[in-house]
Amino acid sequence: MMSWNLWRKGLYMMKIRSWLAICCAKCLHTAIQRLHLGSGASLPGKAALWIDPNILSHLSGMTKTIVVTGTNGKTTTTSLLTHILRSQGKSVLTNQTGANLLGGIAAAFVLQTGKDGRLHAEYACIEVDEFAALQTLPQLNPSCILLTNISRDQLDRFGEVDVTCRRIQQAIVKVPAAALAVNCDDALLTAALSQCRNRMVTYGINEPLFDESARSEIREGVFCQFCGQRLAYDFFHYGQLGIYHCPGCGWGRPEAEYAAQNIHFQNGGYTFKIGSMVLHACTNAPYHIYNTLSAYAALQAAGAPVDGFAGAVNSFCYANNREGQYHINGACIQLHLAKNPVGFQQKLSLLRRDPQPKDVLLLINDYAQDGRDVSWLWDVDFQYLSGVKAVTITAGGTRRYDMGLRLKYEDILCTISEDIPETIQSLTLHGTKNLHIIMNYTNLQPVNALLQKWQGNPKGADK
Amino acid sequence: MMKLTIGHLYPELLNLYGDRGNIQCLRKRLQWRGFQAEILPLSPGSRIDFDKLDILLLGGGPDKEQALACEYLTRIQEDFRAYAEDYGIILAICGGYQLLGQYYQTAESKLKGLGVLDIYTEWEPKRLVHNVVLDSPFFRAPVTGFENHCGRTYIGSYTPLGKVRYGRGNTGKSGYEGLVYKNILATYLHGPLLPKNPEICDDLLRKALLRKYGSVRLAPLPDEMEHLAGAMAAKRLHKPVFC
Repeated sequence: MMSWNLWRKGLYMMKIRSWLAICCAKCLHTAIQRLHLGSGASLPGKAALWIDPNILSHLSGMTKTIVVTGTNGKTTTTSLLTHILRSQGKSVLTNQTGANLLGGIAAAFVLQTGKDGRLHAEYACIEVDEFAALQTLPQLNPSCILLTNISRDQLDRFGEVDVTCRRIQQAIVKVPAAALAVNCDDALLTAALSQCRNRMVTYGINEPLFDESARSEIREGVFCQFCGQRLAYDFFHYGQLGIYHCPGCGWGRPEAEYAAQNIHFQNGGYTFKIGSMVLHACTNAPYHIYNTLSAYAALQAAGAPVDGFAGAVNSFCYANNREGQYHINGACIQLHLAKNPVGFQQKLSLLRRDPQPKDVLLLINDYAQDGRDVSWLWDVDFQYLSGVKAVTITAGGTRRYDMGLRLKYEDILCTISEDIPETIQSLTLHGTKNLHIIMNYTNLQPVNALLQKWQGNPKGADK
Repeated sequence: MMKLTIGHLYPELLNLYGDRGNIQCLRKRLQWRGFQAEILPLSPGSRIDFDKLDILLLGGGPDKEQALACEYLTRIQEDFRAYAEDYGIILAICGGYQLLGQYYQTAESKLKGLGVLDIYTEWEPKRLVHNVVLDSPFFRAPVTGFENHCGRTYIGSYTPLGKVRYGRGNTGKSGYEGLVYKNILATYLHGPLLPKNPEICDDLLRKALLRKYGSVRLAPLPDEMEHLAGAMAAKRLHKPVFC
């Protein structure tokens, strides 16, 4: 009798604890927003975890979770998954852009609870930082983990690419019930996951698709992870992604269970097939084919509905706030986010696809979220910038001189901007009316805010 | 026309952190002065004719790749040593620096080095990741770069490249960074090193031209952007940073 009472009491205390955690997080979130202290995307989550360390595993047990992790493509793929499930009538919770560490993820769950302290979303689509995966995945206990790709990124934080691989490996071992959707064109990722006992589906692109400017000279995992021989490639897509095998030990790219085929660029977008399903993605960036394909594989692996997949893809806006377009002073401004060498190379390749003369503005910061070190700029093949019909090239941001220096050593002329708003203003007024801005993470928010303000002002950008 | 041949050792294995920017810097600073530059990517297992080389660059690599590089290096150990002793110009960065020594004791194993230098490296779990500024007796301007290493390198009585003003350096405790011996410059500094420290680049070029052609004069180049970038990097060290 005694132990029954204790058990009941314990259960009751647990409930009080999680209830308290949820209440505090919600109050904190409201306070942060009312007082304009920031987005409140992660602090409420941290507070909730401090009060109840089990809150995330408690809440994630009430819904079916799909996790997206890897170096590039996380944000777009997560929002695509969310869009597809929602357009099929499912209720979905997701984490705010960039809030992909434990705190931000906990906040996403906690703030979505109803008055009864329970979650009513059928699905959770959660972007998880590669390094936070080890700590986060066991608490999320996902049905499916989508792995995009691995390449060098923020090495001041990760140390080296192998460390990232190991982290992901260790994280996945802790969630043996999760199905994996794996990009099998990535030799590094495929090798890292080869020992996992999890159920696994693979996706990949069997046909050459990317041009030379998209491929960088620097590649990860050139040598076989098992026997050390140089891997042989039929062809590369970009980075180390491609069709590979090892002439030494015979290891090689597994057959892709889900493949994008018959890929054509038409009507401003990519048309392709997965199996017999025809898809049209409204984007000129070929890497979004990977994002779309991976979403399909993940939904299949998670046992989620895919009946409305083609329709949902057709209506998806790939240019989220990261790659938005603005019209100011009669000029079109296209934003690009590039945080690492592989990503930057893709953006340079996109610039080449726009045949019009253009102005190019490169904004490089070195705050903690960007990485304190900018030596990765030397891993980007900037020589392709001379073929993009750039009338002017300008460098800005806290590391503008590093950017300028990088271009100097390709004999590419570049001016330095000491004042970003003034430079954008002047380029829109006196330039080619076609401005491309490539920037890294911490430039994104201020530039978006600035352009939104200017676009909202019918007089244009007069200050 | 005078020409220098620059060998890039195992670019597929030792290519971390933009270190190939050093090659680009050497190449361009030769070409801008009207010299010819030939870059030889030296693949693992290929035969290397050290007589043809004027400058040799060894970059850093991830641990696994470094172990692979180590295997290949032992096969050319004798030629490599002879080149170094004969005042061949060598720039060794991070992993390359460690490989020049007697050994690198990692957490799991002991990697045998080339033994060109009587130094050794030991792995410690705390990674040293810092922006670095050095005061070097060899160069007028402070040397700037970026370090990211778990290895602690003990250089004995060799002359260090410089005294650490910001950052950690060879062991994290000694207060010194890098090493200079004959025409070898070994350091943990990425950045990459040469573009923001053009004085070092020109020093390597001068030594190489001297070794190959006797006397030589290097015309000065306009290095405004180099100095601005270096100064900016140094300035970012002691400013509080807000996001």
